[in-house]
Amino acid sequence: MIELDATDRKILRILAKDATQSASAIGRRLDMSQPAVWRRIKRLQESGVIAGRRLRLDADKLGFGVTVFLGVKLARKGQVSLEDFERAVGAIPEVQTVEHVLGLYDYRLRVVARDLSDFERVLRRRIMTLPGAGDVEANVLLSEERRPGPIG
Amino acid sequence: MLDDLDRRILRHLQADPTLGAADLAERCRMTQATCWRRVEKMQESGVIQGQETVMNWQALGYAVEVSLRITLDKTQARAFDDFLTAARDVPEVLEIQTFLGRVDVRLSVIARDMPHYQELYRTRILTLPHIADIEALMHIARVKSDEVLPL
Repeated sequence: MIELDATDRKILRILAKDATQSASAIGRRLDMSQPAVWRRIKRLQESGVIAGRRLRLDADKLGFGVTVFLGVKLARKGQVSLEDFERAVGAIPEVQTVEHVLGLYDYRLRVVARDLSDFERVLRRRIMTLPGAGDVEANVLLSEERRPGPIG
Repeated sequence: MLDDLDRRILRHLQADPTLGAADLAERCRMTQATCWRRVEKMQESGVIQGQETVMNWQALGYAVEVSLRITLDKTQARAFDDFLTAARDVPEVLEIQTFLGRVDVRLSVIARDMPHYQELYRTRILTLPHIADIEALMHIARVKSDEVLPL
């Protein structure tokens, strides 16, 4: 774990919104030299704070009109292998994220589909047929915002 | 409208957003000029919205991540607006999602450890307006997290 100072936080805030900003562009905004910014970004990458980049696409424009979050409870725990379930669910292209959670459900899945009937197809043919899948709860995503987190 | 070549570009860019123009063109088997023209067109039309940094909060000492599934008191006309405005003021809230279903809102909250989470939960979360019910899912592991669209 690394300690961040005020300058690191400023750099992270800029990069969190736009990962394509160059060290020299950030330097100009913060009144710092390009090498000084670059050294700090490198340190943030090496310590794992900056884990990578994600391309932000407009799912609607690409024909994916529906995002659904599924809570999945495994049936007959102990008899199904978590590895088998995770491998199978991770291989479904429409499943964007898989989180192992503790609570009412065992797994939380983010699923994209073209529309609700396409979602029904994914749910019936791919999700319900997973090894060990039991109870499933679906919530259709209406809006979503990502916050900068405690780097302010 | 997008064609198969655009989709090919997006597939490669989704897999590795750090690809430069030359590498991207080579992987897509196009000339660099053609490839970059298509990328720019998709940026202008808003299909490509940008790139964000994926943060690893554990590396900053935030070991706990909790998904809070919240039902709001919908007899209050301003329940959603009031709640969302107040939730945006909590720095430890990373994601705010609204739903159609059994759950109204979900917050993704991080904390340094369990005592810190307990303090946040009592002083910042339970004090949010118009909450009717809360369920918590404790995050154990991320099995898949690339958020790639199946193009």
